[in-house]
Amino acid sequence: MDFLYHGLLEAIRLLLSGDPETYSAVAATLKVSSYAMAASLLMGIPLGFVLGHLRFPGRRQARLAVDTLLSLPTVFIGLMVYAFISRQGPLGHMGLLFTLPGIAIGQTLLALPVVIALTATAVESMDANLRVTLRSLGANRRQLMRATLWEARHGILAAALNAYGRVMTEVGISMMVGGNIKWHTRTITTAIALETNKGQFAMGIALGLILLLIAFGVTAAMSLLRGK
Amino acid sequence: MKGTGSPAKGFILLIALLALMFGAAWAAEPQAVMMATTTSTDDTGLLDYLAPHFKTATGYELRWTATGTGKALELGKNCDVDVLLVHAPKAEMKFVEEGNGINRTLVMYNDFVITGPAADPAGIKGKTVAEALSAIAAKKSPFVSRGDNSGTHKMEQELWTASNLPLPEKESWYISTGQGMLVTINVAAEKNGYTLTDRGTYIKYESDKAGKAPQVILVEGDAPLLNQYSVIEVNPKRCAKVNNMLAHQFAVWVTGPQAQKLIQEFKLMGKPLFTPNAKR
Repeated sequence: MDFLYHGLLEAIRLLLSGDPETYSAVAATLKVSSYAMAASLLMGIPLGFVLGHLRFPGRRQARLAVDTLLSLPTVFIGLMVYAFISRQGPLGHMGLLFTLPGIAIGQTLLALPVVIALTATAVESMDANLRVTLRSLGANRRQLMRATLWEARHGILAAALNAYGRVMTEVGISMMVGGNIKWHTRTITTAIALETNKGQFAMGIALGLILLLIAFGVTAAMSLLRGK
Repeated sequence: MKGTGSPAKGFILLIALLALMFGAAWAAEPQAVMMATTTSTDDTGLLDYLAPHFKTATGYELRWTATGTGKALELGKNCDVDVLLVHAPKAEMKFVEEGNGINRTLVMYNDFVITGPAADPAGIKGKTVAEALSAIAAKKSPFVSRGDNSGTHKMEQELWTASNLPLPEKESWYISTGQGMLVTINVAAEKNGYTLTDRGTYIKYESDKAGKAPQVILVEGDAPLLNQYSVIEVNPKRCAKVNNMLAHQFAVWVTGPQAQKLIQEFKLMGKPLFTPNAKR
């Protein structure tokens, strides 16, 4: 069990010594998760808002579908994306396999249902009272939508953090689509998988701790943004 | 309302940050050979050692994804890599016969060994492969298999068949990990069982355990245990997008005198891991 203790020391050493391999993996993780988060938030928040705010036929079915997609296994997404962006696949000419944007496509698919479902829930949970109040104050449809979106901001932030957690920690998509290529598509999680395969458990623990540290940084920044 | 202005500021900051990151990703990339290879060449550190020399000799970068031989061949079949460095001769020949690859050339070999607990409950030490596997099956001692369609897994299946034994896949004492070689050796150690491994990975395992390795080599040197690595260029006639010029450069280099000498000199714990045997 001494690899746990060695892992902690190793994590500190890697960070302080500026180990280029570690920093390359950290950079890859940050880049790819930022692409995926940007894409999934841009698409997911409007869709989630529509799903939670508007009443339309087939809404319950759509909700059920999104909730089911919350359980999409990452290796499965990895395989699906691989099938599309492999040179033999329909998007093969774009040369996305073994690249960070390729991984980002898969991670966007992973994050999208989380963002949609949680945004919809956040909007739904406040709708009932707010709608009545605003209507009685004479708000029109547009103002009602904007006010709802504003009031749901904390819920949406929670949705984003939740999705970010899944994207940062997934390994199936990064491994299958990225190929764990040193200096290029090796992320922290695929590096952990590799070190574990090599029997370097302490190194794996160290990288895991670094990932947690980054997650802490992101969460702390978000809570600052929230003002409290 | 408190802090109404800050989310807007935060949003602008976020966009700026994203623009910075996207910008970095679009920077020009040097020409690189994309190779699919097996976990054993990566886990032992051989490729980390060879890649800089290749870059110095040819000016090209070597990039690789390390998987089992089964997936590596599949990546070649789907035109996703330029070149393969793998070790499953039968599957490789089929791959070439089907028109997926060209110029298959021998590069180097190491050998497989059967490891097990020092106490050796099935009594296989110093026996032939056929005798050892029969003894393990008769004793129903735990046997840990890669079970991942890798070159090592394929070799293991061939050894059971060559020893006139049924594949024990459904037996309770046969444990299939579906993972890499070092993980599998560690499982064998935990289960007090036997396993088949390439010598390179075993030396790595032994050095990690610093003289306290619970798994020891029990069967070695038998002719069926030879583990041959070959380089195969993905067929550019089938795959228009592969970079055969680079693939060929790598294949020629790795089988040439410089790389062959480097492979010979590659050592771990003072023990050579691979024996070069390219005939070029």
